[in-house]
Amino acid sequence: MKKLLIAACIGLFASVASAQMLINGAGATFPQPIYTKWFDQYSKIDTSVRFNYQGIGSGGGQKQILAETVDFGASDGPMSDENISKAPRTLWHIPTVAGAVVVSYNLPGNPALKLDGPTLANIYLGKVTKWNDAAIASQNSGVNLPDQDIVVVHRSDGSGTSYIFTDYLSNVSSDWKAKVGKNTSVNWPAGLGGKGNAGVTGQIKQSPGAIGYVELAYAKQNSLPYADMKNSSGVYITPSIDSVVEALATATIPEDFRFSMVNAPGEKAYPIAGATWILVYQQQKDATKGKKLVEFLKWAYVDGEKMAASLDYAPLPASVQERVLKRIAQITY
Amino acid sequence: MLPAGIRWPDISFRWLALLAAVTIGVLIALVGWELYQGSRMAIGQFGPRFLVSSTWNPVTDQYGAWPFIYGTLVSSAIALIIAVPLGVATALYLTELAPMRIRQPVIMVVEMLAAVPSVIFGLWGIFVLIPWLRDHLFVWLKTTLGFLPLFQGPIYGVSMLAGGIVVAIMILPIITSVSREILRSVPNLQREAAYALGATHWEVMRIAVLSYAKRGLFGASVLGLGRALGETMAVTMVIGNRPEVSASLFAPGYTLASVIANEFTEATTDLYLSSLFELGLVLLAVTILVNVIAQLMLRSLAGSGTGKIN
Amino acid sequence: MTTPNQFQPSARQHAWRKFVSGAMAGLMLVCAAVVMAPIFLVLYFLIREGATSLDWAFFTQLPKPSGELGGGMANAIVGTFVLLTMAASIGVPVGVMGGIYLAEYGSERANSWIRFMADVLNGVPSIVWGMVVWALLVVPFKTFSAYAGGVALGLMMIPLVMRTTEEVLILVPQGYREAGLALGIARWKIITVIVVKTALKGIITGILIATARVAGETAPLLFTALGNNFWSHRLSEPISALPLLIYSYAVSPYDDWHRQAWAGALVLMAFILSLNILVRLLSRDRKFT
Repeated sequence: MKKLLIAACIGLFASVASAQMLINGAGATFPQPIYTKWFDQYSKIDTSVRFNYQGIGSGGGQKQILAETVDFGASDGPMSDENISKAPRTLWHIPTVAGAVVVSYNLPGNPALKLDGPTLANIYLGKVTKWNDAAIASQNSGVNLPDQDIVVVHRSDGSGTSYIFTDYLSNVSSDWKAKVGKNTSVNWPAGLGGKGNAGVTGQIKQSPGAIGYVELAYAKQNSLPYADMKNSSGVYITPSIDSVVEALATATIPEDFRFSMVNAPGEKAYPIAGATWILVYQQQKDATKGKKLVEFLKWAYVDGEKMAASLDYAPLPASVQERVLKRIAQITY
Repeated sequence: MLPAGIRWPDISFRWLALLAAVTIGVLIALVGWELYQGSRMAIGQFGPRFLVSSTWNPVTDQYGAWPFIYGTLVSSAIALIIAVPLGVATALYLTELAPMRIRQPVIMVVEMLAAVPSVIFGLWGIFVLIPWLRDHLFVWLKTTLGFLPLFQGPIYGVSMLAGGIVVAIMILPIITSVSREILRSVPNLQREAAYALGATHWEVMRIAVLSYAKRGLFGASVLGLGRALGETMAVTMVIGNRPEVSASLFAPGYTLASVIANEFTEATTDLYLSSLFELGLVLLAVTILVNVIAQLMLRSLAGSGTGKIN
Repeated sequence: MTTPNQFQPSARQHAWRKFVSGAMAGLMLVCAAVVMAPIFLVLYFLIREGATSLDWAFFTQLPKPSGELGGGMANAIVGTFVLLTMAASIGVPVGVMGGIYLAEYGSERANSWIRFMADVLNGVPSIVWGMVVWALLVVPFKTFSAYAGGVALGLMMIPLVMRTTEEVLILVPQGYREAGLALGIARWKIITVIVVKTALKGIITGILIATARVAGETAPLLFTALGNNFWSHRLSEPISALPLLIYSYAVSPYDDWHRQAWAGALVLMAFILSLNILVRLLSRDRKFT
């Protein structure tokens, strides 16, 4: 049957040759806006090549690059050692940009709130169930918190946003780490799921007393209120591009670029943030495609990063950019 | 019996036709085989426990199908409870009561509903249906029927009930049109006999038509069930997607098809992916079972008016 | 209620029965209205949310990167047509030939099996088709492609086309075939020239219905056609499609993309409905129904 189908395909539709090259990538949805922006800009710089990027999910990006069905993959979470070991050749993580996940809520008058990690973890563990719980009230003196049930909202679909969020909760709460852990989708101990950023936002807006997490860009676009989070230096930080850049600058980034930047040590660093990666093989299969891919990546680091802020992403700090550029130069084709 | 003077074009044409018909069987085998191949790892790891376990934890790599099986069954049941009476009543109206000139337009409208793609139902479900259900219907249900455990607990909007309602809308066309076919096949003699006994319109329908068509209508419902089980995109967008077995219909649920749609792209470990494949296999098995039942119910009725030469 | 009298129904009882009958008729009318309501509600919102975004650019331009206003879905519209053409070139020959086998050759026993399997195939969730074709065509060739998307949709069409073809062929009067046989015409010629030609409108109707159904499918394309932000130049490359773009725009965080998702949905719905209207026109004066 396989052969029959294949033969039918080749026989039925003879390919029409064309001069323009198409390089395909797939994966994470979180960086899709900036990637499409880059590829659109780049198509004007180098007209001989088109970069096609489709947001099918981080897991999908990892799976597809392992199966070599795409020229590059993209993921919001670093690949596990187990998955990397399945790659046919050396597979590299190239970090591109970082973003923040904000904690949004729906309370009467939507006062500005401050939260720390353990309290947030306890809310999501179902241990803190009322808005006027002492754990919340003690951090928000002067705010009139209602005696209302907290409606916990989380993402129902697997997502990089959930990865960053649960990575953070695992980092600040040993209880969370032991009971739930970090992943693109986890076994949520409490609350209800919304599909996508839109689903979570809808739930928050419609349910009085709700709390949920969404990407910074989304919260800004939809004017949602979001909480200041206490970072590892004990300072409450408002999520913004600057405070994410700060987190990037102080995070420890290992040689293979598989790093976590939640709860970064910087004094001005926003704690719930994460990077996103492009996954490429060190040895490119197709020499012409490989060459174009490297050219593009170099462009992205020199010129592309400048577009990040306008789309609510944090660009990589100069020190990291340099290291990444060195790595890109080592790609062979 | 073979007609005289068979030549090679006849034989090859026949074989070609047979080949095409057999493709169906090959496709079923192919789908089944691919799903089995994909799920072997999960089957080996969890065994039959997979079907009854309620744990779905990607972090610890522990998977169980029960919440999804439960969600699929409950949302389909809700859909049938809503769609069968509505569909059968509409079919009755169309065959027994409606003036001739409006029958065709009504049928057309119902068939248009069948043409709406799942993703569009999902879009509409999220932005239009859910807010209405949450603010009106669910509130009313809670105040009037709140003493039942089915209608207790907080109202979120997205819920098992919302999923069931959307599926109901999506299976209405098939239930209506199959029911209409069945009611149309009820011999007029039945109706005339009842009228002759002085029965009213409704009594004719109840005694002569419905009791005659009972089996077929049941078959139509099971056929609807077969469709309901596999609905994916729209359900995914409104059911709440939470793998939990809850008595309340206001609570979010999850179905086999929607967990595959939601998590297939995000499965990072092999066992995770394999478990999703096994859910697909379970879904295929349930679909086959339901279709067998529907076929058995409908087969006895289908007067086989085939136009074969032999 | 009155005491029932078996032999002489009282006037009151008669009135009650009349009332019940009328009430049930009213109830049925209400049910029919409820069944018809959703399609109008869906269309109303599609037009309200989508119509304002339909302009020349929507039909002629490529999608703009997010954050930039404007752009269109031109490549997705073309992509949908390309995919449907490929799907039809698989689904139609196989489906029609299979239908011919069922109606003209198959034994009752074999047919009931094939019909049953066709119904089961119809019930296979569309995402499963995506998974299967991904494993069969995408992984071995190491690329997503328009081929793979077309095959996924084409395979979904087969059972639909087969069943409708069979249904219309068996309506062709037996006498037509006998007349052909009496004239000594070869059977394959009788089938193609007489039977299929007589039922052609019905067969085309079935093909259009099947096309309309797969036109809106998203899940089987996710892992096969993948989508493309630009024009596709080869069928061995990924290709865009309307449902794919609607889905990815609907779950994005950008208002302008939501707006375009509604517009895309409206275009897709209009396309599917026009196929259905075509079906109506074709089957209006169909001979054998």
